[in-house]
Amino acid sequence: MIPFDYERPSDVDGAIATATSRGSVAFLAGGTNLVDRMKLGVTEPELLVDLGGLPLDDVEELPDGGLRVGATVRNSDLAAHPVVLRDYPVLARALLSGASGQLRNLATTGGNLLQRTRCVYFQDVTTPCGKREPGTGCSAVGGSTRQHAILGASERCVATHPSDMAVAMAALDARVRVRGPEGERVIPLVDLHRLPGDEPERDTVLSGGDLITAVDLPPLPPGTRSLYRKVRDRASFAFALVSVAAVLRVEGGVVRDVRIALGGVAHKPWRATTAEEELLGGPATEEAFRRAAELELAAARPLSDNGFKVPLARNTIVAALRELSLEER
Amino acid sequence: MESDIELHVDGRARQVRLDSRTTLLDALRDGLGATAPKKGCDHGQCGACTVLLDGRRVVTCLTFAIAHDGATVTTAEGLADGERLHPVQEAFIERDAFQCGFCTPGQVCSAVGMLAEVAEGRPSAATADLAGAVELSGEEIRERMSGNLCRCAAYGNIVDAIQDGAR
Ligand SMILES: Cc1cc2nc3c(=O)[nH]c(=O)nc-3n(C[C@H](O)[C@H](O)[C@H](O)COP(=O)(O)OP(=O)(O)OC[C@H]3O[C@@H](n4cnc5c(N)ncnc54)[C@H](O)[C@@H]3O)c2cc1C
Ligand code: SF4
Ligand code: FES
Ligand code: FES
Repeated sequence: MIPFDYERPSDVDGAIATATSRGSVAFLAGGTNLVDRMKLGVTEPELLVDLGGLPLDDVEELPDGGLRVGATVRNSDLAAHPVVLRDYPVLARALLSGASGQLRNLATTGGNLLQRTRCVYFQDVTTPCGKREPGTGCSAVGGSTRQHAILGASERCVATHPSDMAVAMAALDARVRVRGPEGERVIPLVDLHRLPGDEPERDTVLSGGDLITAVDLPPLPPGTRSLYRKVRDRASFAFALVSVAAVLRVEGGVVRDVRIALGGVAHKPWRATTAEEELLGGPATEEAFRRAAELELAAARPLSDNGFKVPLARNTIVAALRELSLEER
Repeated sequence: MESDIELHVDGRARQVRLDSRTTLLDALRDGLGATAPKKGCDHGQCGACTVLLDGRRVVTCLTFAIAHDGATVTTAEGLADGERLHPVQEAFIERDAFQCGFCTPGQVCSAVGMLAEVAEGRPSAATADLAGAVELSGEEIRERMSGNLCRCAAYGNIVDAIQDGAR
């Protein structure tokens, strides 16, 4: 690890000013991803700006019934928050399915969103990787691709985004509050992460000095139910092969509200808008769920080792919607 | 870059000067001679380096010591009250849940931290009713202890020991 300087500002503007004072800077939250990458030599910042002193660790109820989650709120605390448990079970479940108890006590909202891919080639500095070193190509294409993307990838990069929390937040229509050198802006969570295209090195639409200050969760319409289903290689403490966050409201057998987001399948939390459009206003039947899932996955382009993800994603979507619609009766 | 920080480790205030690159784990083990937390994987995957940091269980290999100036750390060594072992440590002995010295300190700290989380009513992925009370079933213990990996299959006895330790 190269030596670095360390600063711990006590206010947000100070943090942004410090972060823009030099070229190679990283914000440090829980460190559970950044420190790992620094140990591996994947990321080599010269200055760390620790967010631990900033007043961003509150969960606040909003006048519209929603919730504002500060960027440094711990994943474990957000998962145990009474309002999250009551109103956003999909989020609580997604958080509780991520990492381990010891890691969730360190991991934060902002850090979880901006954690980077666990593509093995990205993490192994001895192999070419265009996300780590632009222009060097992609070792995964032609290599081992079991963990990789089936939707939205490019030939430049087929990595998946690893966060569970972000998938739930994508289904909740969350909005990310960002403060940067030019002031504040609000980005829909589904637009925060990028597809790889020609620039796999850019994970998100953020740039230097941009600090996530909070995530806003709008209230869910009354009568909606939500859940998170994660499929992985062992029962616990593993990244998702495929995951589904689903929100559903059925009335008289008709789908009145539906939101579906997928994890483990793309470079970003994947909002399944094709499936949603197909389902809205139609019957809440197993057959309709299956048809919608298949329509969504018609765009899938599986790689050499991950063809199984297509039926797995389809079946997980169907199972999630079935469970939510059964609860309705 | 070097800095001076203070850590309260197992009941003693300790000053230490360290390079900014020092993880909390290395600061404890190399800087302060607190060798109960072990370096297993060094990447957050095994739980061997688990301690209670300001009362909560965390892995210490993925966090820089410099970020924890003034913090309180309890290692497996500090769980005992003088000569009297912590009830969870007693239960580990009773149930023959100790295996190798490498993972056990992390297992014990994780168990103590996890029992506190249960006592606060915090659910886990294994909790059926998120808003209901948490019952300490074997399934709950397995899920909550999944951050501690051990290759000698002591798991069964560990589950029993934790159930005992909770009483
Ligand atoms: C063994 C292991 C297993 C895991 N399993 C899972 C899993 O199953 N599911 C899952 O979702 N996650 C999993 N994780 C990932 C873990 O959840 C993330 O590492 C964690 O959420 C990152 O949060 P942090 O606060 O530690 O971020 P840090 O490591 O501190 O930061 C991550 C990145 O975000 C940037 N950053 C942090 N906060 C901000 C902010 N407010 N504004 C701008 N930039 C910011 C940092 O500069 C850095 O680049 C696992 C991690 C490990 C080590
Ligand atoms: S998939 Fe992306 S992250 Fe993985 S090696 Fe290819 S370019 Fe790198
Ligand atoms: S050494 Fe820290 S988790 Fe393995
Ligand atoms: S207790 Fe160490 S390998 Fe099992």
